[in-house]
Amino acid sequence: MKTLSNSNRLLILIAALAIIPAYFTPLWQISLWAPQYPEGLNMKIWIDHLSGNVDTINGVNHYIGMKHIGEEMFPEFIYLKYIIGVLIALGVVAAWVGKRWSLYGFLTLMTLFGLAILVDMYLWGYDYGHNLDPKAAIKVPDMTYQPPLIGYKELLNFLAYSGPDTGSWILMGGVALLFVAIIRDRLKNKNQ
Amino acid sequence: MNKHTWLVAAGLIAVALAPGCKPKGAQSAITGDAASKVYVAPGEHDEFYNIVSGGFNGQMSVVGLPSGRVLKILPVFSVHPENGWGYSEETKPMLNTSHGFVPWDDLHHIAISTTNAEHDARWAFGNANNTPRIARVDLNTFKTVEIIEIPNSAGNHSSPFITQNTEYVVAGTRFSVPVGDNQDVSIDSYKENFKGHISFISVDPEHGDMDLAFQIEAPPFNFDLARAGKNKSHGWFFFSTYNTEMAHTLLEVNASQKDKDFIMAVNWKKAEEYVKAGEGTTRKVKYAHNKWDEATHSAKSEIIEEVLTLDPTVLKDIVYFIPCPKSPHGTDTDPTGEYIIGSGKLAAIIPVFSFTKMLAAIENEDFEGDINGMPVLKYESVLHGEVEKPGLGPLHTEFDGKGNAYTSMFVSSEIVKWNIETLEVLDRVPTYYSVGHLSIPGGPTGKPHGKYMVAYNKITKDRYLPTGPELAHSAQLYDISGDKMQLLLDFPTIGEPHYAEAFPASLIKDRQVKFYPIEGNENPYALKGINDARVERNGNEVHVYMTSIRSNFRPDNIEGVHVGDEVYFHVTNLEQDWDVPHGFAIKGANTAELLIMPGETSTLKWVPDRVGVFPFYCTDFCSALHQEMQGYLRVSPKGANVPLTFSTGEAE
Repeated sequence: MKTLSNSNRLLILIAALAIIPAYFTPLWQISLWAPQYPEGLNMKIWIDHLSGNVDTINGVNHYIGMKHIGEEMFPEFIYLKYIIGVLIALGVVAAWVGKRWSLYGFLTLMTLFGLAILVDMYLWGYDYGHNLDPKAAIKVPDMTYQPPLIGYKELLNFLAYSGPDTGSWILMGGVALLFVAIIRDRLKNKNQ
Repeated sequence: MNKHTWLVAAGLIAVALAPGCKPKGAQSAITGDAASKVYVAPGEHDEFYNIVSGGFNGQMSVVGLPSGRVLKILPVFSVHPENGWGYSEETKPMLNTSHGFVPWDDLHHIAISTTNAEHDARWAFGNANNTPRIARVDLNTFKTVEIIEIPNSAGNHSSPFITQNTEYVVAGTRFSVPVGDNQDVSIDSYKENFKGHISFISVDPEHGDMDLAFQIEAPPFNFDLARAGKNKSHGWFFFSTYNTEMAHTLLEVNASQKDKDFIMAVNWKKAEEYVKAGEGTTRKVKYAHNKWDEATHSAKSEIIEEVLTLDPTVLKDIVYFIPCPKSPHGTDTDPTGEYIIGSGKLAAIIPVFSFTKMLAAIENEDFEGDINGMPVLKYESVLHGEVEKPGLGPLHTEFDGKGNAYTSMFVSSEIVKWNIETLEVLDRVPTYYSVGHLSIPGGPTGKPHGKYMVAYNKITKDRYLPTGPELAHSAQLYDISGDKMQLLLDFPTIGEPHYAEAFPASLIKDRQVKFYPIEGNENPYALKGINDARVERNGNEVHVYMTSIRSNFRPDNIEGVHVGDEVYFHVTNLEQDWDVPHGFAIKGANTAELLIMPGETSTLKWVPDRVGVFPFYCTDFCSALHQEMQGYLRVSPKGANVPLTFSTGEAE
């Protein structure tokens, strides 16, 4: 089993610790602009709650029969904090073990976690955008309102944006460090 | 040539010369790129807020400068059916007076709060001229939050001028009147029985709350306008007086006899000392003091029955008289506080007095006489100099902070620019027509922004498309940044503007309240959500606890109300978003609508006069389904056996 250099082990540790801000900073954001909302409406998704103009977004969206967004709608808010805790712990363990497999293992874990989040977001967005109240005041034939997974999308009079927020950016920075560790490890091997 | 030919020739020459003989009129006044200087591009903001008195409409207007666009009509002393001011149960106490509810007044002057003689623009004060009162407007909400009535006063014209840190706002009475227990007196006993009271209302430095601190019992003159001393003259107040003849009939003749009236200089710091020393006398009066509470979204009115009075004939060194030609209207102090300008509206010159010389004259007892023991200073001893041939009918003077003064001339319909130090006339521009007040942003403060000047005129005539006999009052905007004043814009106004003050928009635009947090709403009838919407009967009172949110009322079907019931609609706007007011109106209401801001609760009282089903609806186009925002209320005969029920959204 290949042993990692101390500096690469440090990179793994930093990547693990870079997950910690996820507890204190928003992870995802959804923004909406419309002619009537030049200043924009913004909703932030945290590890266990929502913030921002959620009430106003609900007020606007009820016309087209979208569900009322509330914290009860996200079971993720109950268990996400534990999953992230486990990820941090495994990252620290990976740094402590300091083997190549632990580096690859942690990267795989983080990648799967990222994909799982995206799949989860997509499924929520699909349901939120398609599962409309049949008694809604405004019904546009064949129109659905699934928010964009990442990026911009036009929905009737609204331009919607969805994307990572502070916590996720820091976390992704950590993941980038894992790639740096892998590249450094490879170069070192080649030179030997 | 025969006689006939001569006549024809003479006639032709006369015709040819006639247009050339008439001096050039006002039409040539616009020069250069005036349009670009007042153009505020779509989506851009004006540089200055101009708070403009509404005169006989009893309101204030908020105007942007340099565009001249009206941004808001702000109800103060007059009812305003378009937003329920004076009609909703919450606002009615604001218009209470010792005479009961008064739905109208005449608002002449604006004072914007200052600190160290510079605008801090926390509050705008306005005077009620007819039933004497002073109002305070909160410039974070553009809402009237306090009105205090002024006892012993009539024609509250010399008001609401403020001291440099907004310590006091004053109210000098235009009409002297009999006071106290001695009020049923013959009018021709004017000189013995009439008094002219000057009121000093203190302003809480933190919250702005007003309190009638003391009144000075002055001679029975007419008090016209006033300005506080500032910077070096801080601690003094200057009031212009006319009718020092003390006439009580045909004043246009009888009050215009003397060559000089007075500017009354009041040492208010000294007056404060007398108040602290307990030298005042408490008098019986009756006046209302009304306060708005932003937490309960409602007003309370209190009747107060005492006032502290100072007698300057006994208490020395408070009041001095400066002779001033002739029936002075405006009295204005320059930004340094050294110069006091009296605008004698019938005078041929403008006298400029020196504060330093005034203090020296008092020190040296350089008096030419006294009025009931109050010294009259020698005109020459106090005079800095006179502006010669300034124009006809000087009324008011403002300043640009560059050593120049600008005086409005009512009769010659122009504004004259002159140098305060040298007294030399520098420039003059016509106004359209007969300017009253003029306004320079920061003009009455220690820090004028000498960029623009507005003339508020008394006569409009042909300036705009004619609209029958009654016309909008006209205003002109001038660029005063250069040596010559340049006319930029001519714009119509709301009501009948007298004075206006302007200040940089940056002072307040970022601290505007956008909506009221619903969790902070302490109105006893407020609802925090749709679940508590209900109707309760209490004898013949029916209380409807109603919510409005895009796009429904809850409840929207109400039955069991009887003819003659007193129905109170307590409507809470549950929106928590900027610029989403909801309205409420019900058919046949003898009052007005409600216009309810997000997070606010307002109450409309309605007494149904007949049997039927009465529709109510939202009057503010709030959403795409605004036309669906409606409900029905069933009214049955008195004593009918229809149970009180209410519902929302229950389809059969």
